[in-house]
Amino acid sequence: MHNKPIRVLVGKIGLDGHDRGAKVVAQALRDAGMEVIYTGLRQTPEQIVEAALQEDVQVIGLSILSGAHMQLLPPVVDLLKRRGAAEIMILAGGIIPRDDIAYLKEVGITEVFTPGASTRAIVDFIREQLELTK
Amino acid sequence: MDENQRRESLSRIRANWEDKVKKALVKNPERKEFKLDSGLPVGRVYDPLDWEGADYLEQLGMPGEYPFTRGIQPTMYRGRLWTMRQYAGFGAAEETNQRFRYLLKQGQTGLSVAFDLPTQIGYDSDHPLARGEVGKVGVAIDTLKDMEILMDQIPLDQVSTSMTINAPAAVLLAMYMAVAEKQGVPADKISGTIQNDILKEYVARGTYIFPPRESMRLVVDIFAFAGQQLPNWNTISISGYHIREAGSTAVQEVAFTLSNAVAYVQAALEAGMDVDLFAPRLSFFFNAHVNFFEEIAKFRAARRLWARIMKERFHALNPRSMMLRFHAQTAGSSLTAQQPDVNIMRVAYQALSAVLGGAQSLHTNSRDEALALPSEHSVLLALRTQQVIGCEIGVADTVDPVGGSYYLEALTDHIERESLKYIGKIDDMGGAVAAIEKGYLQREIQESAYRCQKEVESGERTVIGVNCFTGGGEAPIELLKVDPMVGERQVARLKETRADRDSKHVSAALQQLRRAAQSGENTMPHILEAVKAYATLGEICGVLRDIFGEYRQQITL
Repeated sequence: MHNKPIRVLVGKIGLDGHDRGAKVVAQALRDAGMEVIYTGLRQTPEQIVEAALQEDVQVIGLSILSGAHMQLLPPVVDLLKRRGAAEIMILAGGIIPRDDIAYLKEVGITEVFTPGASTRAIVDFIREQLELTK
Repeated sequence: MDENQRRESLSRIRANWEDKVKKALVKNPERKEFKLDSGLPVGRVYDPLDWEGADYLEQLGMPGEYPFTRGIQPTMYRGRLWTMRQYAGFGAAEETNQRFRYLLKQGQTGLSVAFDLPTQIGYDSDHPLARGEVGKVGVAIDTLKDMEILMDQIPLDQVSTSMTINAPAAVLLAMYMAVAEKQGVPADKISGTIQNDILKEYVARGTYIFPPRESMRLVVDIFAFAGQQLPNWNTISISGYHIREAGSTAVQEVAFTLSNAVAYVQAALEAGMDVDLFAPRLSFFFNAHVNFFEEIAKFRAARRLWARIMKERFHALNPRSMMLRFHAQTAGSSLTAQQPDVNIMRVAYQALSAVLGGAQSLHTNSRDEALALPSEHSVLLALRTQQVIGCEIGVADTVDPVGGSYYLEALTDHIERESLKYIGKIDDMGGAVAAIEKGYLQREIQESAYRCQKEVESGERTVIGVNCFTGGGEAPIELLKVDPMVGERQVARLKETRADRDSKHVSAALQQLRRAAQSGENTMPHILEAVKAYATLGEICGVLRDIFGEYRQQITL
């Protein structure tokens, strides 16, 4: 059905160096047939958006375990809107308290995955969402 | 019967027994294939045959004696329990100072400072990249002023302090010395540790600033300076903890940590230092992970391996140079967001493995750490867990109580042997710095992490609440919330400090530091001078960034 593979940008936003989850997810998405661009550490919202546009991705997966998610994730949504790319789906993962998840989803993060989430669930979620918006 | 006959006879009996068991297995099969984190299959039972050619004195020896397998002190915890040291820090210096004083009041015996990410990466709190990060994963420290508040009313001649700081370790150490001086405590009376282990930042933890070779020079500057001035300071804490958290196996944790340690020793020797002058102040930091016996064996194997490396490879003469002293922390990556109270049990078993493995100090994680920074109540439970192990259940009453278990000794031998193979491979690549530059350690860790995740998802590796016994027990926990205004408060204080100081003194000190960094002179005295003039962390690291450049991460994925 998909002629072209799904393209995903996996990014570490903020200053924390915990990249185990980001790398595991990136590898799992690749094994599931998606094309994955991994940014490496210490990305700003501006750098993430720039890379997403250049790489022409459908999905951005942002990993953050520093607690700065409330300050750093909403600007990604805003910047994408301003650049006319609001259709790019943003997912987040990391140590994010439940109360904050509700807020992040309200401002436009499609889903938040916390420790213990399976890569299978993430793969399925991406496929289903992209199917829905087709 | 002589030894050979005894072994032959046992061997026959064992073979017969295995035959009988195999027949019985047809009717009563075992639950699964058993294996360690490191992949080694676990045998059905262990006996003297599995502890091949063991020579008690050569492999174990007496506690406090080479090769220190059973522990680095002759009496271990019978003399003094390990240091109970909870890693803590959040918000501005006031909040963390309060948490420290609370923990000391509750019977904690040492401090461990968590710094926020801008501090760890050498940015002031008003730097654009500090957005959202100030005071989040630790305390924000910009200038000596903050350190004065952090240590307010804490007697630095009585409490030992460990600081998880790497790239800017010299700056924070200088600030700590300056505060001690203000308290009237001379430098040779303060005790503690700086992590200062930059190599694992490139492979596992991520808070690097400068390129590897320039960073190694700063590490050696600290060794040399502390060798003269700080006899009770651990100049480095060579850390397997983060390597394991990033996904390595137990064997890789030992191998990569000791390979990094070898690189530091070599760098110091190349700078002309005598091995027995700096090696006694090297310390280590390991993970207390989930496989109970594998972990106990890991600590013992690391101790024996390091003793042999220091004696045989580096020809150390002082036994203290051969002693691997280590801090342990339970495994953050083993904690689950699901059924968080179950984490209390995980932490207790992991902590027990560290104690049975002979740790010198220990941090127990809190149940809520897969959700947020720990609340005060959760931290108290974690500290109490250590106190139960130390004071109630008797495991600290004799030295190395599980030593001599056939299983444990077989595992200890296995981990030592397998680690040595890796260390040899890294040596062949030109040592840890070269191997890191090639991305070898990074790739090895990454592959193990991915394998582990696949095992969890296939159900081969059991995680209660995640792929087994799921649902229920989601009791709401009150989480710690860091004051959202902390960033503003911190920036206001930083501006005030900048306005109040003698700016001529600051620029002169920074100029001297620049000259020293360029010329190869020891940077540490100049950093101390700059800190005392209230130069900011960002200014000091800025000078070093100018001279040394910045590390660009290589993506190994």
